[in-house]
Amino acid sequence: MINKAGRDIPDEILKETGKEAFQGIYYKNKTEYIKHGPVTRVLMDNESSKLVDTIHDVLVKCGIKDGMTVSFHHHFREGDLVVNMVMEEIHKMGIKDITICASSLGKAHDPLVPMIEDGTITNIQSSGVRGKIGEAISHGKLKGLATMRSHGGRVRALLTGETVVDIAFIGAPTCDDYGNCRGIGGKSDCGVLSYSVVDSNHANKVVAITDCLVPFPNFPAHIEMTRVDYVCVVDAIGQPEKIATGAAKPTTDVRKQMMADYCTKFVTNAPYFKNGFSYQTGVGGASIASTISLTKIMEEKGIKMGFGVGGLTKPMCDLLDKGLVNCLLDTQDFDLDAVESVKNQKHFRISAGMYANPFNKGAFVNKLDYVILAALEVDVNFNCNVVVGSDGIITGAQGGHPDTAAGAKCTIVISPLLQGRIPAICTDVTTVTTPGESVDVVITDYGVAINPLRQDLIEAMKDVEGIPFCTIEELRDMAYAIVGEPQKVEFGDRVVGIIESRDGTIMDVVREIKPFSFAE
Amino acid sequence: MEILKPAAAGTLESSDAMVTVEPCEEGIDFELSSTVIHQYGNEIKKVVMETLDRLSVQNAKITVVDKGALNCTLKARVECAVFRSNDQKENLPWGGVIE
Repeated sequence: MINKAGRDIPDEILKETGKEAFQGIYYKNKTEYIKHGPVTRVLMDNESSKLVDTIHDVLVKCGIKDGMTVSFHHHFREGDLVVNMVMEEIHKMGIKDITICASSLGKAHDPLVPMIEDGTITNIQSSGVRGKIGEAISHGKLKGLATMRSHGGRVRALLTGETVVDIAFIGAPTCDDYGNCRGIGGKSDCGVLSYSVVDSNHANKVVAITDCLVPFPNFPAHIEMTRVDYVCVVDAIGQPEKIATGAAKPTTDVRKQMMADYCTKFVTNAPYFKNGFSYQTGVGGASIASTISLTKIMEEKGIKMGFGVGGLTKPMCDLLDKGLVNCLLDTQDFDLDAVESVKNQKHFRISAGMYANPFNKGAFVNKLDYVILAALEVDVNFNCNVVVGSDGIITGAQGGHPDTAAGAKCTIVISPLLQGRIPAICTDVTTVTTPGESVDVVITDYGVAINPLRQDLIEAMKDVEGIPFCTIEELRDMAYAIVGEPQKVEFGDRVVGIIESRDGTIMDVVREIKPFSFAE
Repeated sequence: MEILKPAAAGTLESSDAMVTVEPCEEGIDFELSSTVIHQYGNEIKKVVMETLDRLSVQNAKITVVDKGALNCTLKARVECAVFRSNDQKENLPWGGVIE
């Protein structure tokens, strides 16, 4: 059937997954459900130790077997060693049909590909995948389905019991012998452990893996001992130099600076720019440049931000140091400055659930005024794609994109009009991750388009100078005039992945890639 | 024109293409690898064939390694490779033989 985002979701996929097709961003608003609770093995005696010597032993103690679901978090980003370490052991034990439920997977996890090919891993649930795993999935090598979920959507799936995690593995920069974990200290400092909070609350077995065992109690704990079954000490859980891959250096790309300039002009002229406004931005060059130029205007006009939230970078932490933001609410640190800043009193850790889960009694994203996002593609209906490359290969992650877009009053997407020959503004995105109804403004180096659904913003911008406003169709036409209209990528019939909406309905499907052949 | 000897033009930088022409007994032997083959493979083939046609090249093996070049770049690289295979350095049709 055709869903609310205009995408054709095959009936057999709806049947196979038991999911509904996407029906609008507030479809599940004010519905009720009972939270799923984990199997909890009680520990009452005062003699048992939670320490286990090896990953192998901990897997045996947790009763690892075929068909189980194991979960991981991605705070170590491209420096993560935990996923591969655990999966290699599972592989060695000859276990099959594993479902991986990760908050995200990256190029660091390329070594999983042979395990996908030999049936050790048959299902993947993740924010997204990059590198060779994405290629393997797009070439149909995963036996089951890849499910791409937003950060908020993942929390929802664990809370509702849609996904039941048998064993959660939490890489902890510091941990004591009873399982109190902290995101700071040790050798692999990542600042926060926000994504794994939900795993610790809802997985049947919880294993903390650390390379820095500290005296009891490791407090204040970011993951509490009351939720941890076992603690395993290993040599290294992360490569510190690769944890902060998004090291923020101000961009010198004039194209990005120009887009940042348009973005700042838009933000400061929109009705939400007043004392106490709230703001989230990502780690892209233009996003970072926007935060820097916004800082100047805030200083000039004496306007302060109420809170900044999400994955954090240096320019956001600088706002805190300058007293320009009341507090920061942190789910992930993209650079070492952010890791350092989280030790600040007004820089708080929050769980991924508090940040973005659509199925709680109100998440932080609902209180956002502005969010500045990027996208691989945006179509003339303002639908965004952040997961599948224009060549049809899975190469990105939803992250908090659909969560923040749905929550924020003003969702701004920045993208250069062209990426090489690929037009970022097109007639139809390859796959929809964020529906156009939640995207308000698209900023490119050639022009800025406001979603016609937002007549209030169009009205507010009518006398603003220095922003080249146009329609989204005009942006697409400008792009096509330069590079030519792209042909649609040809896919095979088999569905290899689904793009899940944050509320658990199906936003879109990803099909197997078909080798290119010339037209006759 | 004839392809007298192997010749190349272009680079492997992004938004460029490396075009190599070699003598071929009969017809056009076209080979393409491209970062945008799914979206522009047919378009690239068409542009290359048209360019060869307007240069009256009837027999050639032509290899294009494309990194997302625009049509104007592709045309220029093909023309240049063909002229180089003829050692033609004078009387080059600057601005392109093709509109």
